[in-house]
Amino acid sequence: MTPFLEVSGVSKRFGGIQAVSGVSFQLRKGMIKAVIGPNGAGKTTLFNMVSGFSTPDRGTITFAGHPIHGRRPHLVAAHGISRTFQNIRLFEHMSALENVMVGRHLRSRAGFWAGMLDLGWSRREAAEVRGRAMEVMAFLGIEALAGAEATSLAYGQQRAVELARALASDPELVLLDEPAAGLNMRETRDLAGLITRIRDRGITVLLVEHDMSLVMEICDEVLVLSYGEKIAEADPATVQRDPQVVKVYLGDEEC
Amino acid sequence: MSRSAPLAVNRYGQVGIFMASAVLVQLASVAAGKGFLLTQLTMSAYYTLAVVGISLLMGYAGQISLGHAGFFAVGGYTSALLTTLDLTPYRDQPLVSSAERLGLLLSRLDLYGGVLLVVHPLAACVLAVSLAVGLAFLVGIPVLKLKGHYLAMATLGVGTIVYSIALGTEWLGAADGIAAVPPFPLLFGASVGGQAGGRIVNYYVAVTLLGAAMLLLLNLVQSRVGRALRAIHGAEDAASAMGVDTARLKLRTFVVSAALAAVAGVFLTHYNGGIGPSEASVMKSVKYMAIVAVGGMGSLWGTLGMSLTLNFLSLRGYFGIFDDVVFGLILVGMMLFAPDGLLALEPRRALAALRHRLGSSREDPG
Repeated sequence: MTPFLEVSGVSKRFGGIQAVSGVSFQLRKGMIKAVIGPNGAGKTTLFNMVSGFSTPDRGTITFAGHPIHGRRPHLVAAHGISRTFQNIRLFEHMSALENVMVGRHLRSRAGFWAGMLDLGWSRREAAEVRGRAMEVMAFLGIEALAGAEATSLAYGQQRAVELARALASDPELVLLDEPAAGLNMRETRDLAGLITRIRDRGITVLLVEHDMSLVMEICDEVLVLSYGEKIAEADPATVQRDPQVVKVYLGDEEC
Repeated sequence: MSRSAPLAVNRYGQVGIFMASAVLVQLASVAAGKGFLLTQLTMSAYYTLAVVGISLLMGYAGQISLGHAGFFAVGGYTSALLTTLDLTPYRDQPLVSSAERLGLLLSRLDLYGGVLLVVHPLAACVLAVSLAVGLAFLVGIPVLKLKGHYLAMATLGVGTIVYSIALGTEWLGAADGIAAVPPFPLLFGASVGGQAGGRIVNYYVAVTLLGAAMLLLLNLVQSRVGRALRAIHGAEDAASAMGVDTARLKLRTFVVSAALAAVAGVFLTHYNGGIGPSEASVMKSVKYMAIVAVGGMGSLWGTLGMSLTLNFLSLRGYFGIFDDVVFGLILVGMMLFAPDGLLALEPRRALAALRHRLGSSREDPG
């Protein structure tokens, strides 16, 4: 099967720190893959390169056959890649519903003139966007939060709104940057079910995560980074037994 | 959207209420025998047209412009020049003769009864606004790709250049500016100009133009583009991750606001019958920005109210020689104590902020 997302040999350096060096991996359509590794392993940098927030110094990233490395974020998004952020980035002074509606930006087209003149078709489009946003919120079980100001919600709810926003564009690939961070055990379990259901809708999922139980439970494949380098890539059970991974996570015997 | 909707009616109703209040003000001023006040209200309405555009730019696109007086002046000067420059000596030149055949030119009498061949005010207006729009694109395209307040610096430069050109160019009248600008003809024999007996008509033309612009802007901020603009303001990186082309939207907003300033410049110039370099001065731009700050970033109605009031007071001379000082103080005061505008002010919080500023050692929560 041809790879859906193909990252080959990407490197990124920030001043004196080699954040990511020569990492390659593939993602097949319809799978859930996790990127794990200790803090500072380069997971978020890798994510930022895939989503266009950072340009790799070397290497290529192709998505469904199109090169996307070095493209600006909104162009990457237009290819069908959506994302969430490690530190939640909701839009201030906007309701949860409006936040999710912005997620539908790419699937609607009313511009300055249509907006200023309040044209009939742009009104109908806005109603469609609203309806679709509510559907996504219902899918995540947060439709009751629609009218609340997004940034005033509880942490777990904010995560859910951000996820709804990322899904509202009907992406082909969604990047989740530590989706379980700050969630309690029950919420994490719910999240696991949710991510599986997202995958079942045909959306490929790539996630960065620290919560091992979540990763082991739902992922088809795990990529392990340490100091910017790939040290393992396999199914969860194999990765768990990999001596090098165990060493990175638990430390050497001498320590 | 609750931020620009202090009233519980929709935006069409809001504009309706605004127009109705404008009628009441007109009737009251005439009934009180103070119809002359309508002149300053009309001028104030034109300045407000520029200011609400800046409100859109600052409150929704989160960009600061210190050059809108420049766009205002580009509109005003272009219109003034084209409608006063006698083209009779150039009648044989291909550009002028073809313009005449297309009906873009107009013969009229000057103050002394001589015949002038000039550009039709409507064609001049279109050219003037296009020029301002072109200039806005020229400045905005490189600058708005950058994050941060580079637009403030670039527009400050534009404002200064426009001012210097206006002040230093002989055929733009140098320090005197351009006078004897003809009225702008409208339908049914009405026109925008300082002619006797036209005060009430002119007032309604200005107020209607302002009402229409408000409706367009209110529609815009509630539309897909408005949502995207607020998203950029809230979290720019997240907006771009959702596919919002942030540079493009900021540029478009900047251009729309520049166009509004140019339209305001064109009409005020026709109304006043002339324009001088002071309209282009950077202090004017600062004044506009101060008004948006008092009105509330992102509150179009708040800005409109403050702009009509403050411009009216300023034009009536209430601030005397301290005019610039007043607007400067307003800007500093607003930034320090109420960055969200006067209408968003909670008196207790403001007092707490004041105590804090004055060096109270106790940290006040909130």
